[in-house]
Amino acid sequence: MNQSLIEPAIQPVGDSGLMVRFGAAVDPDIHAQVLEADSAISAAGIEGVTELIPSFAALFVGYDPLQTDFETVAAAVRALGPMKSKERTSGQIWQVPVCYGDGLSPDLAEVAARTGLSEEEVINAHLSGDYLLYMYGFAPGYAYLGGVPKEIQLPRKTAPVRDIPAGAVMIAGPQALVTTIKMPTGWWIIGQSPFQFLRPGEDNPFPLAVGDRVQFTRMSRDEYERAAGQGAKR
Amino acid sequence: MSAKFTVSFAGPLVSVQDDGRAGFMRFGVPRSGPMDRTSFAVLRRALEQNEGFAAIEVSIGGMVLKCTEGNVTAGFVGGNFSVSLDGQPQSPWSVFTIRAGSTLTIRPGLEGSWGYLGFCGKINSSDWLGSQATHLASGLCGHPLAAGATIEVSEAKVEAGFTCSLPIPDFARFSGNVRIVPGPQDDCFAPETLGALVSEPYEVTQDYDRMGMRLKGPSLTIAEELSMPSEALVRGAVQVPGHGDPIVLLADHQTTGGYPKIATVITADQDQLTQARARDKVRLVSVTPSEAVKLARAQHAKVTTYLESIAELRGTFEDRLRRSNLISGVVGDEF
Repeated sequence: MNQSLIEPAIQPVGDSGLMVRFGAAVDPDIHAQVLEADSAISAAGIEGVTELIPSFAALFVGYDPLQTDFETVAAAVRALGPMKSKERTSGQIWQVPVCYGDGLSPDLAEVAARTGLSEEEVINAHLSGDYLLYMYGFAPGYAYLGGVPKEIQLPRKTAPVRDIPAGAVMIAGPQALVTTIKMPTGWWIIGQSPFQFLRPGEDNPFPLAVGDRVQFTRMSRDEYERAAGQGAKR
Repeated sequence: MSAKFTVSFAGPLVSVQDDGRAGFMRFGVPRSGPMDRTSFAVLRRALEQNEGFAAIEVSIGGMVLKCTEGNVTAGFVGGNFSVSLDGQPQSPWSVFTIRAGSTLTIRPGLEGSWGYLGFCGKINSSDWLGSQATHLASGLCGHPLAAGATIEVSEAKVEAGFTCSLPIPDFARFSGNVRIVPGPQDDCFAPETLGALVSEPYEVTQDYDRMGMRLKGPSLTIAEELSMPSEALVRGAVQVPGHGDPIVLLADHQTTGGYPKIATVITADQDQLTQARARDKVRLVSVTPSEAVKLARAQHAKVTTYLESIAELRGTFEDRLRRSNLISGVVGDEF
């Protein structure tokens, strides 16, 4: 499997980190290499390495500049050799209900206008996607899902919008996620979900694992109100 | 023994911070912790506290507290605030003892945006993932302190021997010059844009909080519309959203993002930058990663030397004289 043996590009990030890059796309095979590098570097116990942050196509390797430097860490990472694609195990499948429209989808009309689809076609496209949890990022419990169908992929807005509430179902390019806390975002909000990706009071605040799959299902406004009410009472 | 305080007034973004929760960025949780880690470290040393030490991060808005119960030795370090205890001015960086009934007033002084109020004792506050650091944006570990809030310090001690006035070192002041390592997405920008970043001054805007600081200056136009998959962001990253203004990410920064990063502020300059105020001018200077590592080590050495000098600065002038006599061995029998 020659195509899976890829020499990654390594770039410095300031004076305390480097980015190991396996590509520039949201792609399950590229992501599998990121996860392989994540476990290999973690197991290697490279001196001075403080933190590893996997993302779609790159792995950030943080180091303490008092203990080591870019050249030393980059050499240690290269010495681990090319990363093989890890055997992808099938993760757990989670059903995530979404209420579209009814004042809960501030950007649905704009997404429809920009993609040349009707709002109903945007919703159906979103529901048809097969989503993979690629990484956590941005804010606590923000699970980045890849797999948005091509016909509704749009670049981010040019400026972030502040104070988007928890439970917002958003898309940007091939990515989708459900917000867990109120945060600014440049993504397109097409619905609202009562499903909680972050459960801060529980032993494991992050119930979904990287590699799990998500299927969005449609719920009515009544079902949403009932579920959101129950969530609030918990 | 515990000491209790009531907050009479607090500016925005005043919060409890410890060293932060390291290692959770892979779950989207930033480290948080002090905006100015150097000043926080000085305070911890001045009060002889351990690794888990938590303090109150006071913003440029200032803070007024009344001690309602107990006595405790406290310290304030960071920026150049105006600090007074029952109307009696204290040095801006100092250690003093607060008694029941006393009022401590911290007002913005001539310079600086963040200062740290700590105690010989433990501040009781929320805890999440092993840290007391407030993450303001999420509210997952407490909220900003506001008027009417009470603060309880358990295991409160009076350590009269820690009393001191500390000089404000140059390394803790905003210098106007901030060094950056270009990249990792500097190639998204035209060479003229990269040139403008380091040749023209930028200005700190009001859009400045614990997540980041927006600068205004020559617009950093992105050469082509970007649809890059999100990747890890670090403290100090200079991110450029579509509006073209650079945003320097700070203590509560988002852990990943998809906008290009034109540069990263070097470790040695991250803390002093946080002490800048709106409308201050910032000149960005480009260095290589290996120069930045050397600068981080040199800064660490300077701070360590300062921390080691604190013990010598304690007490009154007479106390210090007596100590120096002790060292040179010409002191009387009473010791």
